[in-house]
Amino acid sequence: MSEKERSEALQEAGRVMTICNSCRYCEGFCAVFPAMELRRTFTDGDLKYLSNLCHNCRDCYYACQFAPPHEYNLNFPQAMANLRGETYREFVWPGFLAPLFKRNGLTIFLATLFSVLGVYLFARMKENGVENILGTWTGDGSFYTIIPEHELLISFSIVALWALIAFIGGIWKFWKTINPTNEKFFSGSGNKGALMDVLRLKYLEGGSYGCNYPDEKFSMSRRYMHHLIFYGFFSCLASTTIAAVMDHVLGMPAPYSWYSLPVILGTLGGTAIIIGLIGMIYLKTNQDQRPLAAEGMVMDYGFIILLLLVNITGLALLFVRDTPLMGSLLILHLGVVFAFFLTLPCGKFVHAIYRYVALVRHNQEQANRK
Amino acid sequence: MTKKNKPDLERTWDVLVIGGGNAALCAAMSAKENGAGSVLVLEASPKDVRGGNSRHTRNLRYMHGQGNRFLTGPYPEEEFYNDLLQVTKGNTNEELARFTVQQSNDIGDWMMAHGCMFQPAMKGTLSLARTNGFFLGGGKALINGYYRTAAKLGVAVSYETEVVDLEIEDGVFTSATVVHKGEKKKIVAKTVVLACGGFQANLDWLEEAWGPEARNFLVRGTPFDKGTVLRLMQNKGAVTIGDPTQGHMVAIDGRSPKYDGGIVTRLDCVSFGIVLNKNCERFYDEGEEIWPKRYAIWGRLVGQQPEQVAYCIIDAKSIDLFMPSVFPPVEAGTIEELAAKLELDPIKVKETVDNFNRTAGGDLSQFKPGDISDPLSTQGLEPPKTHWARPIDKAPFYAYPLRPGITFTYLSLKINTRAQVIMAGDKPAENIFAAGELVSGNVLGQGYMAGFGMTIGTVFGCVAGKEAANV
Repeated sequence: MSEKERSEALQEAGRVMTICNSCRYCEGFCAVFPAMELRRTFTDGDLKYLSNLCHNCRDCYYACQFAPPHEYNLNFPQAMANLRGETYREFVWPGFLAPLFKRNGLTIFLATLFSVLGVYLFARMKENGVENILGTWTGDGSFYTIIPEHELLISFSIVALWALIAFIGGIWKFWKTINPTNEKFFSGSGNKGALMDVLRLKYLEGGSYGCNYPDEKFSMSRRYMHHLIFYGFFSCLASTTIAAVMDHVLGMPAPYSWYSLPVILGTLGGTAIIIGLIGMIYLKTNQDQRPLAAEGMVMDYGFIILLLLVNITGLALLFVRDTPLMGSLLILHLGVVFAFFLTLPCGKFVHAIYRYVALVRHNQEQANRK
Repeated sequence: MTKKNKPDLERTWDVLVIGGGNAALCAAMSAKENGAGSVLVLEASPKDVRGGNSRHTRNLRYMHGQGNRFLTGPYPEEEFYNDLLQVTKGNTNEELARFTVQQSNDIGDWMMAHGCMFQPAMKGTLSLARTNGFFLGGGKALINGYYRTAAKLGVAVSYETEVVDLEIEDGVFTSATVVHKGEKKKIVAKTVVLACGGFQANLDWLEEAWGPEARNFLVRGTPFDKGTVLRLMQNKGAVTIGDPTQGHMVAIDGRSPKYDGGIVTRLDCVSFGIVLNKNCERFYDEGEEIWPKRYAIWGRLVGQQPEQVAYCIIDAKSIDLFMPSVFPPVEAGTIEELAAKLELDPIKVKETVDNFNRTAGGDLSQFKPGDISDPLSTQGLEPPKTHWARPIDKAPFYAYPLRPGITFTYLSLKINTRAQVIMAGDKPAENIFAAGELVSGNVLGQGYMAGFGMTIGTVFGCVAGKEAANV
C-alpha cells in the first residue's frame, strides 16, 4: 500500500515504529517492543495490532531520548493512541456504527436519555403506572410491580445479546487484519497467556515498576484503579447472574436481603467500581498532557460517567428500596444499565476487547518464536 | 510541568556541580550523602533534554564477582583491566585505569539504590550480557531516576544555566559566572565539580583539531557539550591530557541529523558488505573484527576519506542480518543503478564490486554472521576482507551512506585518584574536581569499549562528590 493511502495516524505510527525498531531501548517495558522486534517493516495490520497491544503506560515516553522537543518528535503513546482510536472505528461491527465513536459523548448522552425515558414510559403504560412508581413496595417481587418480570428479562437479554454479537463481529474483523498467517484464534496457548496478562494487568506495570502515569514518576495507581474496576465489574456480573438464577430458575424473586450473595457481591463490586472510576478521573485530570491523544478523552469520560451512573444508581436503589423513591430509582437504574449495554460496543469498553485479542496474538507469536 | 522550587542562585553553596548528566548527578548525590550541606547542579539544557550524552546511553560496564538477574556471569578485575589495555593499545594511565576498574566493583548496587533499574542485556547485544548492566528504558530513564533521587536527597538543580566563566585564584575556585534566562549571575561555592562533557558539539574546536574535514562530522549526542569549561580550565592553567582528535567516533548513517541523532543512526552492516569511498575504492578490511570493536574504528576511517563520506554496499543475502536502520537503504536492481543513485561512477563501482566478487567466497555454507570464526575471506585482494566475504551478487542491491559520528572527545582535564584537577606544576587543585567525559582521556587514550564512558562517569562522579563534600 502506498503512503498516500495510509491514514495520517497509520503513517505516524509507521514512522515512529521504524525509529523505535532501530533503537529498542524500551524493549524491557512491555509487550509492544518485543512484538515490534519480530518485524523489520510494518504493514498496516502490524501497526493496528501493535497500537492495541500498547497499554498507554507511558514508560517509553519518559525514557525516550527522542521525545519532543527532539527533532524526531517521537511521541510513542500518542501515536499508538491515535491509531487505536482509528481501529475502534474500523473494526466496529456493524461497520455503519463507526461515526458513533466520532461523536461519542453525544451518543452516550442520547442513549442514556432515551433508555431512561423508555423504561419510564414502559412503567407508565402499565395499569396504575404512576401510582406504582410513586408507591411504597416491599417484599418478594416488589421490583416487578414497576416493571413486569417478563418484559425486563426479554429486553435485557436482547441488549446483552446485541453487545455480545457486536463484540464477536469486531473480534472477527480485527483478528483477520492482525493475523495474516491465519492462525486460529484458539490455537496454542495464546488465550491462556492473554488471560493471565489480563487478570494481572501485567502491562500496566510497565517494566515491573508501574506506569509513568499520571506523570513521570513510576506508579501502580493506574493499575490498581483498573483492578478495582475490572474485578468490581466481574463481581457485579456475578451478582446479576446469581440473582437471575435465584429469581428465574430457583423461584426466589428479588429483591434480596442485605446478606444475600447477590447483594454482597453487588455492593462490593459497585463500591470498588465507584472508587476505581473516581480514581481514574483523578488520574486523568492530573495527567501530563504531552503524551496524550486528546481525541480519546470524550470517549473515556463518557464511559466513566455512564459506568459511574450505573453503580451509583444501583447502590442508591439498595438504600431506598423500602421507600417511595424505589420506583423512580429503579427506572433510572434500569435505564442507565440498558444504555450501558447498548453503547458497550460503540465506546471505550472496546479497548478491553481489542487489547485482549492483541495479547492473544502476542502470546501466540512469542510461543511460535521459541 | 512547572518547577516548584527554583534554587537560590545568590547564596553560597557548599558544592557546585557543573553539568547535568550521569557523572554530575553521581557527584551531586554522593556529595550530599557524604555530608555536604547544600549542593547545586547547573544543567545548561532545558529540563526536557537534560542529562547530556547520558541520555543516549544504555549500559554500563562494571567489575563484578558473580552474575545476577541481569548479568550472565562474573567480570573479574583482571579481565576488565586487560580489555581496557587491549582497546586503548596501552594508551592509558595505568594507575587511574586500575583505579577505575576497582572502583567499579559492584557499582550496580549503588546505582540501583539511587534510582537505576537494570534489565537483562538487550537482544542483539548478547556479547555484552556478562560484562555490562543494561538500563531498563536506556540512559534517559536512568537519568530520570537519578534526578528523582537527587531531589529526594535535597540536591538543587538549575536548568538552562550555562557556565561562561570560572573564578580561580592560585588554584582555588571561588565562583562561577553563569547565564540564566539571558541574565548573567555569579554563583559562589566552596567547592566545584566539573562534569559537563567534552567539546564534541563545538564544530570550531573540532575543526581546530581535525582540520576543515571536521565540518562534515555528525555529532551523535547533545548539542550542549561545547567544551566551554574545558577551555576555561585550560586558560586557568589546568593540565590537559589526551589528543584532541581522539574520541569515541563511529560510522553512522550519513543522512542523520547534525546533532543528537542518537543510537538509531548506527549501522551494523559494514561487516556484511564492502565499503567504498567517494573514489569508488575500498579502503579497509570490512571483515577485520566483530562488533563492538569494528563499531569504534570506522568513524575515524571514514573521517579520513575524501569528503568524509563512504558507502556500504550489501546484497539481498545480507539485508536481514543486522539491526533495522532508521533510514531505508538505497535500493537498486543492479550495481550500476545503485552507483548512479549514490552519485558514484557506475563503471568504477561495478569494477570494484566485480574485483571483490572474484576474490571472495569459498564454502558459503560455512558463513557465520556475528561470529569471528567465520572462514570466508578474500584471496589476493588489497585491502583484504578477512571474514564474512560473501560475493555481492544477489539482487536487489542495497547501500547506506556513512559519515563519521562523534560521540565524545577524549581531550581531558588531568586528574588524580581523588578526582582533583591537576593544575600547572602538577599541583592538584584543592577544591576543583572533575568527572565524566571531561576526564575520559585519563583512562582512554584511544579506542573504546561499550559502556565504559558510563563507568568513568559513575566512578569519578562518586569520588568527586565525596571528596568535594569533605574539603
